[in-house]
Amino acid sequence: MNKQQKEQYLREYGILKAEGKPFFPYAVAKDSLMAAIVLVVIIVMSIVLGAELGPKADPTTTTYTPRPEWYFFFLFELLRVIKPPELVPLATIGIPTIGMILLFLLPFYDRGPERRPERRPIATLTGIFVVVAMGYLTYLGASAESPTTISIDPPANVVAQGDKAVATFNSGAQVVAQAGCAACHKLGHSGNDGPGPELTDIGRRLPRQAIERTLINPTAPMPSFAQLQQDAPQQFDEMVTFLAELK
Amino acid sequence: MPKLKLPVPPMPGRPAPKRPGKTYGPQTPREHGREAGTSAIGWIDERTSLSGGARWMMFRKVPKGTNWFYTLGSATMFAFLAQAVTGVFLAMYYDPSATGAYDSIRNINNEVFLGEFVHGMHKWGSSVMVILVFLHMGRTFFFGAYKYPRELNWVIGVVLLILTMTMSFTGYLLPFDQRSYWATIVGVNINGTGPFVGPYLSDFLRAGPDFGATTLSRFYAIHMMLVPGAIAALMGFHLYLVAKLGTTAPPWLRAKSPEKLREEKVAR
Ligand code: HEC
Ligand code: HEM
Repeated sequence: MNKQQKEQYLREYGILKAEGKPFFPYAVAKDSLMAAIVLVVIIVMSIVLGAELGPKADPTTTTYTPRPEWYFFFLFELLRVIKPPELVPLATIGIPTIGMILLFLLPFYDRGPERRPERRPIATLTGIFVVVAMGYLTYLGASAESPTTISIDPPANVVAQGDKAVATFNSGAQVVAQAGCAACHKLGHSGNDGPGPELTDIGRRLPRQAIERTLINPTAPMPSFAQLQQDAPQQFDEMVTFLAELK
Repeated sequence: MPKLKLPVPPMPGRPAPKRPGKTYGPQTPREHGREAGTSAIGWIDERTSLSGGARWMMFRKVPKGTNWFYTLGSATMFAFLAQAVTGVFLAMYYDPSATGAYDSIRNINNEVFLGEFVHGMHKWGSSVMVILVFLHMGRTFFFGAYKYPRELNWVIGVVLLILTMTMSFTGYLLPFDQRSYWATIVGVNINGTGPFVGPYLSDFLRAGPDFGATTLSRFYAIHMMLVPGAIAALMGFHLYLVAKLGTTAPPWLRAKSPEKLREEKVAR
């Protein structure tokens, strides 16, 4: 807006404001009614939905689902939509950061005098696109339950090693399932495809030691399982054995 | 033609105006009682001069065409106040230690009078507030309300949005159940991948390189003191600017051109 447009706006706004009504009591009445509606909604939600508490946090047990509050789902889903590992930092921080910077600076790059939504097609369409995209990602996040069981048949070479190897394999699969890995990794037909890479044939790609190292010292956003190794070394071992056998 | 001004007839129910020469002010105890409210306000105002500010805030005009979408900002503020009130009651029973947090919340839910109700209001109130912030931001975006002269108010609004999201992120850990614990670990890890400040930010949040015993009390301090204080201060500034600049008129409303206005005046 140049100087003339600014003055034009202020003049026009001055007239509209002079034709308006005083804030008290007209706007205050509307605001109070809205506040009452908000209060009723919160009270009804509290009564109907309650405030359930899950099991107590325990760094050593492995049954958990890393699910954020629902309004962060869209960020989490962004990780899932963007697959290649070298792009993961872009998804986790890049897109939100760029989005926030664009939001911050909006009044400084959109300086046109026009305010009617239908006469600012770029801004309006971008806004609608962002709303729809966030709504869709939130919906995806809400409907993606993370499975707690994994059904993978022991491969032939494990079966050939005898019953003990099969038992270790199966309990390893259970540890992996309970540790919530499937929230971020696909294993066979179970689990979510992303944000982590598919683990169905991880044993072919990574040697045992590398898997162990990844679990203890992973790249974000994967949580570290060093605590599990300290407190339940046998479970940890079974998990690594299981993963190393996935070929 | 000079306008003729008629004396206003006395309103029914009001005492007749005092005649000159009589003593002013309340005389009987009854009169004193009736004037107590006014004189208390007068006493404060004589010392603070606050009434001017209150009048400026309350009796400013809102433009023609102001509709229900304009209540979203104050609804957000109300949701914040509700969170503050319910949060104070939760804080009376909450124990921000890794060993005691979960049990104190269970105590609130099961033992404290109306505990689960207040806990539920705080929990669902956070969702309501986040929704309202986004709706309010959508309103100001689609109405072009961020344009001259309200740019600064938009920028403050974005900071308020970030702070609101910070509130829900830090509050999510406090019940210290499995869900909140592991979700927060993942969240802090994601922060750690950020450019430049990322690793420092996640170290700051965790109170060290690992998720330890002090992490919870740090989240608690951020959640109940640092961020609410910042939100309240910025909200005050946001509202000051709203009153100073006035709220926008709906964008499709055009002021009648001054000629038309003049014609109307003449015709009247
Ligand atoms: C919050 C999501 C998340 C959870 C939960 C998670 N991971 Fe990961 N994991 C990832 C991401 C993202 C990567 C990719 C990191 C990278 O690119 O370096 C990864 C990488 C890996 C890798 C290396 C894969 C490769 O091809 O290099 C292994 C092995 C692995 N995860 C195993 C596990 C196991 C086992 C569990 C459960 C005990 C688990 N993960 C839980 C997100 C997760
Ligand atoms: C804690 C959150 C917030 C509170 C309590 C709040 C409160 C308010 C209130 C009461 C108004 C008066 C007009 C109205 O209600 O619409 C207002 C106006 C405004 N707000 Fe907010 N707001 C918040 C967050 C935001 C956010 C996130 C943005 C945008 C990024 C924003 C941008 C604006 C703008 C540009 C105006 C001026 C609108 C106009 O003049 O029409 N606010 N705010």
